Amino acid sequence: MTVDSAYIRPGIAESGASDYVALLKPRVMSLVVFTGLAGLLAAPGALHPVLAGIAVLCIAIGAGASGAINMWYDADIDAVMRRTRARPIPRGRIARGDALGFGVTLAVASVALMGLAVNIPAAAILAVAIAFYVFVYTIWLKRRTPQNIVIGGAAGAFPPLIGWVAVTGGVSVEPLILFAIIFFWTPPHFWALALYRSEEYARAGIPMLPVVAGLEETRRRILLYSAVLPPVTLMPAMLGFAGPVYAVGAVVLGALFLAGAIRVRTARDEVSARRLFGFSIVYLFSIFALLVIDGSTGLPG
Amino acid sequence: MPLSEEHRRRRGRNVLLGAVLVGLVFLFYVLTIVKLKMGV
Repeated sequence: MTVDSAYIRPGIAESGASDYVALLKPRVMSLVVFTGLAGLLAAPGALHPVLAGIAVLCIAIGAGASGAINMWYDADIDAVMRRTRARPIPRGRIARGDALGFGVTLAVASVALMGLAVNIPAAAILAVAIAFYVFVYTIWLKRRTPQNIVIGGAAGAFPPLIGWVAVTGGVSVEPLILFAIIFFWTPPHFWALALYRSEEYARAGIPMLPVVAGLEETRRRILLYSAVLPPVTLMPAMLGFAGPVYAVGAVVLGALFLAGAIRVRTARDEVSARRLFGFSIVYLFSIFALLVIDGSTGLPG
Repeated sequence: MPLSEEHRRRRGRNVLLGAVLVGLVFLFYVLTIVKLKMGV
């Protein structure tokens, strides 16, 4: 044993900076940051660029903190699933307690910084989003009900609301619609993934819809949510805080999403589910990009 | 002498932590200037 390795706890390899970055779930963070930024840019009024940057940073850190705490709690099931077993804790690179400490520290720091630099309502909603993801989704729902990602999915819908409130200082109907778009997008997105990962979820004991209700029922519900989603995405245009470019784009994207869901229902194969999952990510990026591009039309101020 | 894998990882972690701390100092400095200019 070298002197250096004497400082390492048994069973835990020396962790590097990249392991801590991996705890923050950077790929998930990118979508969170983008939707948060979109909410910030679409909101009426202006925020000083430095404060806007800090607001986005806080949203990113808060999302990363949630991911780290999630990995602390789910380390046992992460080790079972192929998709997650290369994460730092199952690989033995970071101790569970260290991940928890890292996540809690970042969560507190992100909320405090948001409150100090931007405003208290945005900080409060960020705190609620982190708490919702950790306590409601991760700890309460994920292992108990196939509705886990329906209700728990609300946690991922908070970023555009936080971005909007960072600018305006208050909640109004517009950011709630942005919240609703991600809320209704989440179930078909995750169920498409679960369709071709159902065996892994079953092995890990997670009651995802395909595991509990079967593949056919999952395909039916994907189609149902995919039919509800396009009308919800049209609401920004109907309420006048997005223009015609957004409206046309939302209709086209919604039709493509619905066509993908119909394909999943009729083809009953893995390829169509994989395609819908991949497209759903492009879809959400595109919807929010359109909102930023054409979102100022009709805005007061 | 080449660094061991453990040394390399520890140095990477320390560099990241140092960068975060310097970043925070800079962030609060800029934030203070902005808030002063805004009269908050």
